[in-house]
Amino acid sequence: MRHPWFIRAAQRMNSISFATQVLQFIVTGLTVGAIYAMVAIGFNIIYNVTEIINLAQGEFVMLGGLVMVFMHVSVGLPLVPAFLSTIFLVMLVGIVMDRLGIRTIRKPSVMTLIIATVAVSIIIKGVAMLLWGKSPYDLPAFSGRTPIQLGGVVVQPQYLWVIGFLIVVAVGLTYFFNRTILGKAMRACADNPSAARLVGIDVEKMVLLSFALSAAIGAVAGMTMTPIALMDYDRGAMLAIKGFGAAILGGLGSFPGAILGGLLIGLIESLGAGLLLSGYKDAYALIILLAVLFVRPSGILGNLQVTKFKRF
Amino acid sequence: MLQIRKAPIAAGMLFILIFPWAADRIPGIDHYPDVMIFAGIYCLITIGLSLLMGYAGQISLGHAAFYGIGAYVSGILTTRYGFDPWLCMPIGALAAAAVAVAVGAPSLRLRGHYLAMATLAFGVIVNIFFREQRQWTGGPDGMTGIPGLSLFSFEFDSILSYYYLVWGIVAAAFFFTIALIQSPVGRALRAIHTSEPAAAAMGIPIARYKIFVFAFSAMLASLAGSLYAHYMNFINPGTFDLFFSIKLVIMMALGGMHSIWGALVGAVLVAFLSLEWLHFFEQFEILIYGAILLLVTIFLPEGLAGLPAKLLERARRPS
Repeated sequence: MRHPWFIRAAQRMNSISFATQVLQFIVTGLTVGAIYAMVAIGFNIIYNVTEIINLAQGEFVMLGGLVMVFMHVSVGLPLVPAFLSTIFLVMLVGIVMDRLGIRTIRKPSVMTLIIATVAVSIIIKGVAMLLWGKSPYDLPAFSGRTPIQLGGVVVQPQYLWVIGFLIVVAVGLTYFFNRTILGKAMRACADNPSAARLVGIDVEKMVLLSFALSAAIGAVAGMTMTPIALMDYDRGAMLAIKGFGAAILGGLGSFPGAILGGLLIGLIESLGAGLLLSGYKDAYALIILLAVLFVRPSGILGNLQVTKFKRF
Repeated sequence: MLQIRKAPIAAGMLFILIFPWAADRIPGIDHYPDVMIFAGIYCLITIGLSLLMGYAGQISLGHAAFYGIGAYVSGILTTRYGFDPWLCMPIGALAAAAVAVAVGAPSLRLRGHYLAMATLAFGVIVNIFFREQRQWTGGPDGMTGIPGLSLFSFEFDSILSYYYLVWGIVAAAFFFTIALIQSPVGRALRAIHTSEPAAAAMGIPIARYKIFVFAFSAMLASLAGSLYAHYMNFINPGTFDLFFSIKLVIMMALGGMHSIWGALVGAVLVAFLSLEWLHFFEQFEILIYGAILLLVTIFLPEGLAGLPAKLLERARRPS
């Protein structure tokens, strides 16, 4: 006889208290969610400036992890130089992607641009497979793997790094977009590219910058998650799907929405896999996402008016 | 697109008719009719996609799911409930259409490319279900023993008979779609394709037409899935994964998104690429697909179907 899910869940964890277990899932979920939030922020940066949905965003994360493994483990650079050089290299990939893959398109419609990003993502994945093979790689945790015990809940030090970097990225971007001339210029391109061009903003440069910035944030996400979840060439697509899901859940284009959406997707996934069937781990968050699209298509923090009047 | 020229259709039909006969006489390609069966199955999907991408202007990144729904409905109903295979095809198609309306309706009411996301997520979810619902689908190992097709005691069990069956259905879908494009529905679709705001101003319910086209393309994909299941007699979730959805996009981009001819050409080319020509480059397969997709998007936005017009124009203006 099959019991309802909560009884099965309770039976499975009769030794540890249910509350502790749930708390553990929440901590893990928030960490995974922070990764998704960073991917979603990367989506939003490019989307806001260009209205392109960059489906290669997940490949930036994958590259961040694998290049970091190469720099830190294979070459043997210390943590900080390896970290910075990885960001630099992945940014370079983002810039090359914009130059060769996006700007060269002669009749850019949103559909061809989406297809181009799909093409770039397969190319990056194919190259990564040739360079690193199909096996997953580990990376030493930034500050060791001695877990911190918090009342029965185990917190890996790396979890704190992930969440810390999400905060750094969020604060840094808020400052950048609100306080610096460059950030304001990028926002102007998002609002109205023609008007931005009229006041002397180099729109092409801003688009390039948005790709570089997104690639950098993707690389940070990849580097911080690899010590927890390993990294292999095939991860990009699923990360892009979850990150994009987070962006839409929160409201496409909204940065607070991206963070909220990312954390929610991480939580749903972790609690779903822990308490229900773990085989459906990747499905829970996406089912919730489809449900949200159904009742509130603009996302939680999104504005339906904005959604309706975007250019395409 | 509006004028349907008779000559290319006649030439295409003649080619399909004599292809098995010709391939049999050329050494080295005598197994090509088998590949052409898969090409025909892909053609069914891309005919629907050409309406969706070319007319409704929407991109689906999860059509493998509808293909899978058809295959699994056929597989499950025939092996576990003893349904007649022919009956499973419309059941699968209706199921796929219902699912398509449920997934497509909310996202197609919005402007923009929410459908891309919805279908992407949907495709992943459906594939997970194929893998995890072991008692129904056999899990990652798939299911075997799916019966072949037969009609009035005639068994479609040879490659040749299945070839003509599949391509007969492709021809029917092709003519039906052309008739659809020329009907009032097609006129509305063309208006949407030309200018959405103008079409809306004339009172065309854009969202409803887009949902209809999406459901229609899902039905064709499901039908293709049923044909696949009854031909292979075996299905597993790997056939219906995200990469197949991307391959469908490659077929569309390569052939040309705005033309039903392009849909056919792209499907046949990618079928031969994936089943024949790229066998020796397994390591590079992903890379080659990516390169093809990017190069076509950059240099040949109209796809191969746009090539003749382009060359003609260049020939007329020699400057």
